[in-house]
Amino acid sequence: MNRLPQFEYRAARTVEEALAWLSEAAGNSGDAEKDPEARAMLMAGGTDVLPNMKHRLFTPQVIVGLRGVRALRGISDNPEQGMRIGAGVSLAEIASSPLIRARIPGLAQAAESVSTPQLRHMGTLGGNLCLDTRCNYYNQSETWRKALDFCLKKGTDICRVAPNGQGCYAVSSCDTAPMLIALDATVRIAARDGERVVPVGKLYHDDGIHPVRLRNGEVLREVTLPSLEDGWRSAYLKYRVRGSFDFPVVSVAAAAHFDGDICTQARVVLQAVATQPVPLPSVDNLLRGQRWTPDLLEAAAEEAYRAAHPMDNTSGTIALRRRMVRAYTRRALEALLAA
Amino acid sequence: MLIGKPLAKIDSYAKVTGAARYADDIKLPRMAFGRILRSPHPHARIVRIDTSRARACPGVLDVITGADLPYLYGIMPTTQDEYPFALDKVRYVGDPVAAVCAVDEETAEAALELIDVEYEVLPALLSIDEALAREDIKIHEETRRGNIMKEVHLTFGDMEEGFDEADLVREDTYFFEGTTHAAMEEHACVADCGADGKITLWTSTQTPHYVHREVAKVLQMPLSHLRVIVPPVGGGFGGKCEPFAYDFAACLFARRHGRPIKFTLSREEAFLCHRGRHPVRMILKTGVKQDGTITAVHLQTFLDGGAYASYGLATVYYTGALLTVTYKIPRYQFDGMRLYTNKPACGPKRGHGSTQPRYAFECQLDRIAEQLGLDPAEYRKRIAIEPESTTVNGLRVTSCGLVECVDRVVESSGWRERRHHLPPGRGLGIAISSYVTGAGKAIYWNDMPHSGVIVKVDRGGGVAVLCGSSDIGQGSDTMLATVVAQELGVDISDIRVHAGDTDLTPVDLGSYSSRVTFMAGNAAREAAGKLRAMLLEAAAVLLNTSPDRLDAANRRIYLRDDPINCVSFIEAAQKAEATHGTLSAVGSYTPPRLGGEFKGAGVGISPAYSYTACVAEVSVDPETYDFTVEKLWVAHDCGRALNPTLVAGQIEGSAYMGFGEATLEEQVFRKGLHKTPSLLEYKLPTIYDTPEIVAMHVETMDREGPYGAKEAGEGPLNPVIPAIANAVYDAIGARVESTPITPDKIARAIKEEQRRRVSTPSQPQPQREPAPALATETARVAGASSREVTAS
Repeated sequence: MNRLPQFEYRAARTVEEALAWLSEAAGNSGDAEKDPEARAMLMAGGTDVLPNMKHRLFTPQVIVGLRGVRALRGISDNPEQGMRIGAGVSLAEIASSPLIRARIPGLAQAAESVSTPQLRHMGTLGGNLCLDTRCNYYNQSETWRKALDFCLKKGTDICRVAPNGQGCYAVSSCDTAPMLIALDATVRIAARDGERVVPVGKLYHDDGIHPVRLRNGEVLREVTLPSLEDGWRSAYLKYRVRGSFDFPVVSVAAAAHFDGDICTQARVVLQAVATQPVPLPSVDNLLRGQRWTPDLLEAAAEEAYRAAHPMDNTSGTIALRRRMVRAYTRRALEALLAA
Repeated sequence: MLIGKPLAKIDSYAKVTGAARYADDIKLPRMAFGRILRSPHPHARIVRIDTSRARACPGVLDVITGADLPYLYGIMPTTQDEYPFALDKVRYVGDPVAAVCAVDEETAEAALELIDVEYEVLPALLSIDEALAREDIKIHEETRRGNIMKEVHLTFGDMEEGFDEADLVREDTYFFEGTTHAAMEEHACVADCGADGKITLWTSTQTPHYVHREVAKVLQMPLSHLRVIVPPVGGGFGGKCEPFAYDFAACLFARRHGRPIKFTLSREEAFLCHRGRHPVRMILKTGVKQDGTITAVHLQTFLDGGAYASYGLATVYYTGALLTVTYKIPRYQFDGMRLYTNKPACGPKRGHGSTQPRYAFECQLDRIAEQLGLDPAEYRKRIAIEPESTTVNGLRVTSCGLVECVDRVVESSGWRERRHHLPPGRGLGIAISSYVTGAGKAIYWNDMPHSGVIVKVDRGGGVAVLCGSSDIGQGSDTMLATVVAQELGVDISDIRVHAGDTDLTPVDLGSYSSRVTFMAGNAAREAAGKLRAMLLEAAAVLLNTSPDRLDAANRRIYLRDDPINCVSFIEAAQKAEATHGTLSAVGSYTPPRLGGEFKGAGVGISPAYSYTACVAEVSVDPETYDFTVEKLWVAHDCGRALNPTLVAGQIEGSAYMGFGEATLEEQVFRKGLHKTPSLLEYKLPTIYDTPEIVAMHVETMDREGPYGAKEAGEGPLNPVIPAIANAVYDAIGARVESTPITPDKIARAIKEEQRRRVSTPSQPQPQREPAPALATETARVAGASSREVTAS
């Protein structure tokens, strides 16, 4: 069995305690600014952090545990403020929540598609949003990576996927982020000096190495969805090589609002084809204000196909992944139409 | 009657509750922990190893390198090409270089970093084609030519005449990708040394006897000073059939330091140990008459063997030997070649060497049936081999339920009614196969029994069964208990099975080649039969009758005609002990002399062959070419099913494994490294991915098997893969001729099929797999392609 590196585990009871400990750990370390993960990391369910630590992708000195923080739990809905889901809510809870299943089935589908039942019970929404990007040159043991002299994301300055490329191409693989982006959700982020609220889409940027734009010492507190009045529909379709459990090879999150049979708003987001979720405004434009015909959906799927440029760094070939983008985009839209 | 009853395994409660203690569960006082340093290069010369920094690390007890154990070993006596730890060269990424023994795992792990190894990197050969093309790079200096580990050429009959007689000759090329066993338990062992200098090794192995021989040899110690014990094993499937570096290192450490040590491999290391399914390229040429009668078959196989021999000598022969035992084949030529490459060594995996050519043959017969306008199921029955016959390569077939197996899957799947009436994108495919029930020869040839059993009866009515077999989850302990309980007329709970202990139990060659039920079962029956005779004789005295009027059941020995008139088993046992002394008996099994007189005739012979048929139903998404295996029907002739539950479990497990190999699994490498050494990325299907499997037994009473039994552990895997491939063709009208079948390959096959239909139909079909390019005798291979020749 692979062993974990040594670290100190501190179980926080409140967000404030977690913030204080993060800052304390930062102060104690010399090489802080270069590699924040060397000092302290947050852990909720641990389903991404711990395997990655066994692979020595992260070797923090301190882990601040969030499982005991009650303030991060709970799902509530309010006609004025919309729906609020605590960052510490488990994926299993989201997948089985009657409220979410009824109002935003796409999010329940996304949560339900993550990994296995055991991991969904441990894994949280916040953890899923902060999932590290994945690449089959990166998610390997230390000895494996050392044999190739490491990769751009961890250990050296050459990308093994595209040695002449412009950066790290590790793939954004969390299932809930694209759906939340399609639903126009925001995240509330806590720091010692206050809180900030950003759209979920702004949580990511085009950097496979540090994909999540959380500053050191910040804690993801909750996800807020705008009040979804009647007429909103959502769907999440995921293609994976092994149907029972796998990271997405390609997935499509789609949300749309209809007035009668006319679409008034539409948002389609691809996942697992780039370092961050890929919104498709050109597809949204095609769909908005239209009655959805088979030809229109085909055109939308074709547009999505053109926008997807995956690399050869996950399971499934590039050709397969692009073919799936077309088929799954159309099917996700058909699912909205049928909903 | 216990035979034929669906009894629970005797160890099922321990397995289900977690009480079973596997090798990694063993904890001994003062136990140290070992870790292995492995090569980061696929091919390199070791210039220098310096272990001084690691040795100086606090908590490190010892460091072992190749120089400590400079003795070659190998499971096959004639192809010993491996050192426990690399001496001068490393030949794959993962080749063991050194072992650190320390007070705990973390220290051992950390000390690996402190071993300084200087390598001179050599060019690596990573495919069949590279191994054939680059004779200038030698992975093993000892090979006579290039990197050919073994070449086999066998011809039975006049091939030219055979193909001349044919109305249709097809030649097709197939490729079967390598796969690994992925047993749930990673390899582990514990070794300890007594004050008398004798070593005990607990190791998760399928073959304690062979491990005993090889470890004693490498440690240069008498066999009598080494004891190998097999704890419960969490699955083998062929992957734990030989000793590994950790076995040697653990024993050496225990001997040097007089304290126990444990090695437990990581999942990644289990992938690197491998010894799994060989990738094989097959060129198959078959001639048939207009009615489908086979006139000649010529099979060429190229095996990508990996860095060491392992069982490869047997594997290459097995790719040829068993093609002949299912159909009437009057002429047969087999040319096989196993090549060394810079990857983990391949070896035996469930279906050993027969799985790949069976896939090719059954796919090609599907093409032939289509061309001749024959129903593929009826066609197979028409050309099926008959019971009590001999194949062209000298294999003796006794019981054979092949036709009945085909009938069962045809009926249960609704083949006749449904086959041409399925919705678009759905298809049915059929395939059959056969497998050995135990290899007819031991790994090292000798005249001694293949299996021995001691049965001991005590005064309290307890029965001990001692056998060198290794229960790897298949239920061999339960089989032994059932046979002995049946013979002695006691309850199965009265029996304790002591298996896999080279000190206490007589030799059984191990859990490989589907041999244990047949061979150890016969040995157990013989031993228990002797005791039964003594017990009946004693009871006859007590009952004042003659033994031939008595029977034993339910812990009683009774008059057959007057069952009320009886003595208890304990009374009979005490009387028998008073008469004969301590009650024990031995039994053993030696297979009959079988096979032809040619070199290589020792592979493929078996006292009996099992038969299987499979129908698969698939649906293919016409847009994405993603596909689903909807259902599998598998009928297996296992002779008599001693325990129908265990037989059904073996059929389902085999079908599951075949399904995985057909649709998902591939052991592939990139830049010399295993691409997916984890259970997340190596796509093993789970129970949720697995289709419904309808498992059926066809019972033929084998005349030499215990109570008529044959094997069930491996044979049912083989037809599943070609049945799925043929079903995919039936669904979409294009053939994928390599494994695993993927949406990409289906997409390509459809494109090729469309191109072929557009061009003139008489043109040769495009070549599927690049053929190897090599001068001399394999040159004819280079021109091979998929083609058909219709004689006028």
